[in-house]
This record gives sequence, structure tokens and C-alpha cells, in this order.
Amino acid sequence: MAKPSLKIDLRTSPYIRKAPSVPQIMRNVVYALLPIAAYAVYQFGISALALMCTTILACIATESLFSHLANKKNTIADFSAVVTGLLLGMTLPAGFPLWMGAVAGFTAIAMGKTLFGGLGFNVFNPALVGRAFIQAAFPVSITTWTPALATDRFIEFIPSTLALPFMKPLATAEWSTQVAIDGFTGATPLSLMKFQGIITDSYDLFLGSIAGSTGETSSLLILICGAYLVARKMLDWRIPAAVLFGAAVTSEFFYLIDPSHYPSPAFMLCSGGLMFAAVFMASDMVASPVTPLGIFVFGCLVGFLTIIIRLFGGLTEAVMYAILFANAATPIIESYTQPRIYGARKKVQEKS
Amino acid sequence: MTLFNLFGKKTFAHGIHPEEYKANTKEKATRRLPFAPEIIVPLAQSIGKPAKSIVFKGQQVTRGEVIAEADGFMSVPIHSPVTGQVKSIDIVMTATGEKTPAITITTSLSSGQLILESDIQQDYLRLSRAELIQAVKNTGIVGLGGAAFPTHVKMTVPNDRDIHTILVNGCECEPFLTTDHRVMLENIEQLLLGIRIAMKCVDAPKAIIGIEDNKLDVLAAIQPHLPDDGSISIEAIETKYPQGAEKMLAYSLLGIEIPSGGLPSEVGLAIFNVATLAEIGALLPSGHGLVDRIITITGDTVEKSGNYLTPIGTPIRYLLEYAGVNAQEIELILGGPMMGMPIQSLDVPITKATGGLLVLDKHATEQDDISPCIKCTQCLQACPILLNPAELGQLAAKRRYDIMEEDFHLNDCFECGACSYVCPSNIPLVQYFRIAKTLNRERHLQDG
Repeated sequence: MAKPSLKIDLRTSPYIRKAPSVPQIMRNVVYALLPIAAYAVYQFGISALALMCTTILACIATESLFSHLANKKNTIADFSAVVTGLLLGMTLPAGFPLWMGAVAGFTAIAMGKTLFGGLGFNVFNPALVGRAFIQAAFPVSITTWTPALATDRFIEFIPSTLALPFMKPLATAEWSTQVAIDGFTGATPLSLMKFQGIITDSYDLFLGSIAGSTGETSSLLILICGAYLVARKMLDWRIPAAVLFGAAVTSEFFYLIDPSHYPSPAFMLCSGGLMFAAVFMASDMVASPVTPLGIFVFGCLVGFLTIIIRLFGGLTEAVMYAILFANAATPIIESYTQPRIYGARKKVQEKS
Repeated sequence: MTLFNLFGKKTFAHGIHPEEYKANTKEKATRRLPFAPEIIVPLAQSIGKPAKSIVFKGQQVTRGEVIAEADGFMSVPIHSPVTGQVKSIDIVMTATGEKTPAITITTSLSSGQLILESDIQQDYLRLSRAELIQAVKNTGIVGLGGAAFPTHVKMTVPNDRDIHTILVNGCECEPFLTTDHRVMLENIEQLLLGIRIAMKCVDAPKAIIGIEDNKLDVLAAIQPHLPDDGSISIEAIETKYPQGAEKMLAYSLLGIEIPSGGLPSEVGLAIFNVATLAEIGALLPSGHGLVDRIITITGDTVEKSGNYLTPIGTPIRYLLEYAGVNAQEIELILGGPMMGMPIQSLDVPITKATGGLLVLDKHATEQDDISPCIKCTQCLQACPILLNPAELGQLAAKRRYDIMEEDFHLNDCFECGACSYVCPSNIPLVQYFRIAKTLNRERHLQDG
């Protein structure tokens, strides 16, 4: 019976929905990153663990602080700050001083996110903003890589990790030679390629038994974790695909010109965090285009710029700047790639 | 784009796959709903001009008798749904919250509610096209799929347009609703007669019945009745929302796009809902008028869910009391869950356009807060018109309604709700677009 006390709620259509919420998506990104983080801890020991914890906590604290200052609801519950912190931690060398990591986390959220209006409004990927800032601020520390699989890595910090704030971190070169197994130098494959002309075997790159930033060493693991997110429809596979496509085509072009001078596409794709950046950084939904063609253009641009900067620029870790540049180009890419709608008429097309 | 049709099932680009919720009612044969003690017949039940009342207060009317006549071309007559006495002709509230004039009739309890016998016997083969279209208008029929567009207007094709195919829309892509499904199973002869009448009206050599492939029982039931010459055929296309939208149906069945802002007749198509044609097939030969329609009453808390042949003008309170609702807090929707209208009062009548009454448990539909757009592109991948709902939503938030219309094709949106359905940020995109369209219309009126 329809009772007189029956309460009727009024809304507008549609009345049913089925979509994961934003916090759910962010949580799943965290889950997908965890195996990569675990592998990083296995490779680099407690220093990597401490570093990632530091960046995450710095991001959460910054987000809380700014929510409080802006008199807004605290937004840490949406997990996006955790994602930023984790991503940031993974792009840093394992021996990166913790206090610098905290600065990076603060910069990422403060300058990369809240300054623009918070989640959804950031022009750049916040984690990369944080990394770009400290790349300029601490150029030595961020290019000081320590060898993977060092002895005693689970009980002993890398000496530079515990540097006091505003103090110059201890040099790690000597320590590196002590702990490294079979004369491992800790130089990344990209710097070996660029400065010494040594090409690391692509197979090692793919599996990840190399030096590098904490989270970027195993391409295979990154692909598996990315596939999980794609399967859950929480990652747009088109962006990583386009990035890798762009990078492969560009490096193949140079490889064909002079195979002895330029490295092969396989090396390029698996080295220097390109895989990690393609799967987890470039695919940052907020800072990438939404139009189908725009996504492809964006991805190819990232891939192309990465290779160009690597081969002809002064830096080895190029993908960060490639993504930041493409982020900046996103609005203009979007405005030129609006989809053709169903039943579009000729005249309308010319007008728009 | 026709690549979509080369591989696998016939379908259109994008769209969504909501859960169907049809199992509850699709097996239930249509039953007649008893006559409510009081019937409210709004004079405006279709797109176009309201009908003009020709009865007076206190007059005895018979079920099937014309009580309001068409006012001009873009208008249809209204027949009395019950035998009884005119109680009042007054302004009443309708489901949308608008107030319109309506004839309220007190149902005569002693009457057997037989339909007024008509002395017209019409053989559609002997009538000219103009006479036939007039006969369609006299039945008072409008598009029963929900748009309530007067069918005779649709059948009056401009001379410079040649209709090559009639599409008969039996997709019923809205979750929960099963009326069209039942019509196609129960009234096959009338449906086919209605299709033939429509083919003559628009002078089309061919008709295709399009159904979603979740209704294959319909395919099996109708196929033996189809004519041997192949002029009428039936095709199953992918079950996907909004397959039943005119534009999607045309693309799925024939690969034809209906141009932006244009009518199907521009590309040689005429599209009718199955229930509309089945009613024409039932009413026209004997000169009767539209007095009942089939409605799905459904929802988890409805005790007697099913498909009911309901007199037009039956108050929703009566329907609910008859079907029985076992809940304290509900949400009532006229139509389906994707495009239906919320009901503001229980004392409003169902009209010719009402296809269903949906009772949702309020707690099942409660939503989280709206969070900012994270540009996840889910809406772009859902929009069947290939619009950019993300950008449109951002523009709406900035109140740039003019840009939405000029640069982002706002007026091509037919409010199917697919974008809101998939939005992880819970943004009520469709609602934004409706507001934008309304404000744009007002602005254009002011600008002249």
C-alpha cells in the first residue's frame, strides 16, 4: 500500500549509475604500484622504503595543510595525494636524502596541485612538478645512483639517505664500490649509453637487474601492473601505447640512420624510466587530453620528445620534461582534436 | 565507422551496458488494470497543441467517445478512457509539475466499460494516403515510445522526400521496461497490420523491425508471420544502451547517420515505435480511439510487478495501491531509469507517453558527493553521439552555455544519460546540459 507517510525522493535522470568512484580509482592505482614498490625495496633495501614513505607522508601532510588553509574539506581521503607521493618516490634515486624527498613531496602538492585548485584542475602531473623542482634544486643528489642488490641493503641505509636537512649529503661513490656485487658502478644504462657509449643488454633492462630510480627498473613488472589497471578500466591503455609507439618510431628512425651511433628502439623503450613514465605518469588522466585523437597526439609527442632529448639534449632522464611539455600542450591539442560527432554536417564542420 | 558493422553484431559506436532488470516482468503476460474511480485526462498529452474539450461538466461520457478534438494539424483528439460522468474541467497538476487543463471523469461503477461501438469500418487498402493519415489522426495516436510526437505528423512526409525504409523500433533499451517486448509477443497480427498501414502512409516499399538481441523469443515468434515478399523483415542488433534512440537504430540497422538537427526523412527513413504501430493496427480498422496503453510497473519493492493494460488518465496513486509498494522511502519514475521523469505528486495521471512506472528503493539510488572532473574520458567513450561531455561539463560549470552550443554541439545531445552513468566523479552531466539548453532557448527568444 502507498501509505500517506511514504517519502518520495526527487532527482533527475539517470537514476542508476555504475562507475567506480574517484577514491576507488586512486586506491587501485596505489594497489597497482605496490608490487613495483616492493620490488624496489627488494633491490635497494630500506633506503627505498624510507624514501617512498617520506614522499607519501609529505604529500598527505601538504594536502591536509592546504585544505585547512583554504577552509575546505580535507581531500586526502580521495587517495590522490598518496598516488602522487608514491609516484614521486619511485622516480627518485634510492639513496636520495629523505629531507630532500620531503621537499619534493611538498613542492609536488603545493605547486603542482593545490595552486591550480586541487584534484582535477592541475595542468601538470604533480609528481613530475615535484621532481622537476628538485632536479633544479639538488642536481647532484638526483643523479647519484647507487647499485641495486647491495649487500646488507635490508639493515643498512645508503649513507646519503640520512643526510641532515640543508647539509650536503655524504658521497656515496666509495660506499658503492664497497657494497656492489661484481664491480657494479651504479651508473644508469642511459648515462652509460650517453657518456661512455656502453649499451646495456635490453633483456636485463626488461627484467630490471640494473641501477636506476627506485621504481623504474623492471619494465616487465611495470607492464604487468599496468595491465591490471587496464583490465579494471582504471587506466587508459591508449596513452602508454601511444607513448611507446612514438618513442619506438622516433628511435627506430635514428637507429636506421646509424645503428652504431644510436641505440636500438628496444633499449630506448626499456631504459630510463620510459616504461614507468608511459604507464603511470603520462597516463595521469587530469593532465592529458580527453579526445581520442588528442590522446594519440599527446602520447606520440611524449615519446618523440623523450627520444630527442635523450639523444641530443644534455640530460639523460628526458621523459620527465617530455611529459611536462606535453601536459602544457594538452589544451591546445584538445582544441584541435575535437571528435567528429554523429551526423555532423559539412557546413558545421567547416565552422568549428 | 561502418567497420563496427563488419565485425560481429550490428551496433553503433560507444554506448553503455547497464544491467537489464527486465527478468522481473518480461515473462508476465499483459493484464488489465481495473478502472480507477476517478480518471484525469490532461488535454495536453503530446507534442504540439493541446486538444480542445467538447464536453461539459456533468455530461455522461462513454468509453471510446471523443471528449476533446484536435486543434489544428499538430494536435490529436482525445477519447474518453472510461464510461462515466464529467466531474470537472479544470487546471490539474501533471507528472512533470506543470499545470495543464484536464477533464476529470468519475467512473461509472455500474457500467461494464465496453468501448463505444464505432460504425466506421475502414479497410486501409481502399483508403487514399491522405484519408489514411486522417484516419490515423482520428485514433488520437502519438508516439508511444515516450516522445509523444503525433504519429500522423510524422507520416506526412514532405513531397520532396522519398522514404525508402520504415524502421520499427522494438529495441526497448531502457532497463526495467518490458512493454514493447510484451506487445511484440502478444499483438503480432496487429503490429504487422500497423506496419503495412504505416508503409502505405509514407509510401515506403520496405520495413525493418529492429530488436535488441536480448529478445530473441520475439524474433522466433514474429518470423513465421512475415510476408513472403520480404517487404517486412526483423533483425536482432546488439543489446546496448541507447540502441532504441532513432539515430542509433538507423546506424545499427542500415549504417545511415541521421544528420545533426535533421529528421530521419532527410535520409529516407521513417521510424516508429512497435507499440505505436500495434495500436494503429488495432484501432484504425474499426475506427476506435486510443483509450488504454500498456505500462510496466516494476521495482524491487513492488509486490505485483508486471505489465498492465492501463486506461489513460489513471492516477499514479491508484496504480501504486493496486500493485502494492512495500517500502517507506521510494523514488518514483515515469519511464525508464535512464531517461524517465521524476514524479512530484501521487495524484497525477499517466498519459499517452507513459511507458512505465518505476519504483526505486531510495537507498539503492543514493549518490555520493560530486567530486571534480578528473578527465578520465569515460564519458567520451560512452557518448553515442561522440560528443565531449567532459568539456561540456566544465563549460557548464563556468556557465559558458553559448560556447557549449556553438562549438561543442550541445543541441545534438538527446540526454540519454550514458555520460552521467559512467562518471566516477558523480557529475550530473545530463542535468547540466538540460539547464544549458533551457537557458539557451530563453536567450534566443529574448534575442528574437
